[in-house]
Amino acid sequence: MSNEDMTNFAFTPENLDAARKIIARYPSGRQQSAVMPLLDLAQRQAGWVGLPVIEYIGEMLEMAPIRVQEVVTFYTMYNQHPVGQFHVQVCTNICCLLRGCDGVAEAARESLGIGWGETTEDGRFTLSEVECLGACVNAPMMQINDDYYEDLTPETAKAIIEAFKQGETPKPGPQNGRQFSAPEGGPTTLKDLTFAGEKG
Amino acid sequence: MLRDQDRIFTNLYGLHDWGLKGAQARGDWDGTKAILERGRDAIVEEVKNSGLRGRGGAGFSTGMKWSFMPKTEGARPHYLVVNADEGEPGTCKDREIMRFDPHKLVEGCLIAGFAVGAHAGYIYIRGEFYREAEHLQAAIDQAYAAGLIGANACGSGWAFDLYVHRGMGAYICGEESALIESLEGKKGQPRLKPPFPAGVGLYGCPTTVNNVESIAVVPTIMRRGASWFAGFGRPKNSGTKLFCISGHVNKPCNVEEEMSIPLKELIEKHAGGVRGGWNNLLGVIPGGCSVPVLPKETCDDVLMDFDALRDVRSGLGTAAVIVMDKSTDIVRAITRLSRFYKHESCGQCTPCREGTGWMWRLMERIDAGNARIDEIDLLEQVTRQVEGHTICALADAAAWPIQGLIRHFRPLMEAKIQARSQSAA
Repeated sequence: MSNEDMTNFAFTPENLDAARKIIARYPSGRQQSAVMPLLDLAQRQAGWVGLPVIEYIGEMLEMAPIRVQEVVTFYTMYNQHPVGQFHVQVCTNICCLLRGCDGVAEAARESLGIGWGETTEDGRFTLSEVECLGACVNAPMMQINDDYYEDLTPETAKAIIEAFKQGETPKPGPQNGRQFSAPEGGPTTLKDLTFAGEKG
Repeated sequence: MLRDQDRIFTNLYGLHDWGLKGAQARGDWDGTKAILERGRDAIVEEVKNSGLRGRGGAGFSTGMKWSFMPKTEGARPHYLVVNADEGEPGTCKDREIMRFDPHKLVEGCLIAGFAVGAHAGYIYIRGEFYREAEHLQAAIDQAYAAGLIGANACGSGWAFDLYVHRGMGAYICGEESALIESLEGKKGQPRLKPPFPAGVGLYGCPTTVNNVESIAVVPTIMRRGASWFAGFGRPKNSGTKLFCISGHVNKPCNVEEEMSIPLKELIEKHAGGVRGGWNNLLGVIPGGCSVPVLPKETCDDVLMDFDALRDVRSGLGTAAVIVMDKSTDIVRAITRLSRFYKHESCGQCTPCREGTGWMWRLMERIDAGNARIDEIDLLEQVTRQVEGHTICALADAAAWPIQGLIRHFRPLMEAKIQARSQSAA
């Protein structure tokens, strides 16, 4: 683990308050259960999980740092090195493979000028190949930070990344105009249901 | 075809308000107090009689699982844990429940929690589902504010707290004992069973772990009755089911249908048919990537339920239907799955830690044609040595797709090897 870029870590007052609320979700004496959400909170604050984060969280939860580090290295969503402001994660598992993720991956690499696991020189984008993200009927797809971009083509994937480069945030979800996971062109079911008293 | 009036997930496509008001307009939280007043035993009995089998893949009777919990709470509190760690390639149904029908899950948690004697529930949702976790948390907050859960849930006198716990990217945490380990703040490595979670689960306490869909259908079963639910599908395969249809179909989609629907009808009615027509079909993985592939001849008339798919040496799994047409390089597709299992092995058991990597490397060589024909037999033998020799089923899941490939598509593997040796000669 590289820790040359992180010399110390402490939660901001807001995050410290959030951390206390997270710990309170678990029975007393079971504060170790909070290790994953607290590491995530720390990562959202610092961008990645360096050794100072591990020591800080370990102390807060009365865990040996090695127990915290075991968690960090076991779960793929913890960044053990700094990543870009935008983390572009392209799924290449079977359903995306069948629907053309090769072209999406190529478009992403080309648009960013980097390969898997690399970060652009300006530090803004990191590109990762990931396993199934659970949006298989909307394949191929990619995740950028917390949002899913689905039903991609090489062209739409490229357009989304270019928009991020321009400082825009494109609308997440299906990029081909369909209604979430309904069949393209309109649902085959649930067409005639109306619900009395429902707003909107 | 199932009538719309008999569909449980009426906001599957997010066309309506997913919040409390919208949920109540669709019938959620209607008479929940009266359901709880029927008592714990009656609820367990109703769910047993409905024939509901777990929707997470294993297909064990949900009511039966609940009945394994101690009848009275001792020194150790009871817990309900919901497995929302959806990550089986092909599967994307629980996601829709959590973002568009979260109140069905929250209400189901209260009823299930009450039925197993739990005053606390944890929903373990995969970390990548950040937006879905936001909806779920918002639904929980709404339910607290409305007095539907909390100190006196629905005015029933039962205290029930519900929490969302986000995973952080580990497929293995979908295995229930690995999920419990993870929830305790450790690496998600499966536990040896027995003891089962109903005896020794979360924090060493009696725990029931259920899939999202299994829990979310319970309120509707309680309102409409076990016989209504049991009226769909063949005996012992009851109910309605969310199907995810992906891959080479004209219109990939999620849809709720009756159990035991013919696979062909499912694909043609809802997913616009196989790309290039039914005769362009190569094969289907019918239940998420961990079940063996079916060749087209089997797909022609197989029914989508637990028993029918077991009879053709595959499985319903999560009912995630992955369709492959004749353009598919199926050796490459299964090789990709082998890489997935190698990536996701937790490393605890040697046959899996070593075996998934070994199988993947040989699959890569076969895919490149850089192998001998008799190595296919060796591969088959190794899958048999991996299968059944580990704590959890991940190793089995890694072995089965390869076994299915060899069983039904061995000539395609041999062709790759022959093509390379011929071009070398």
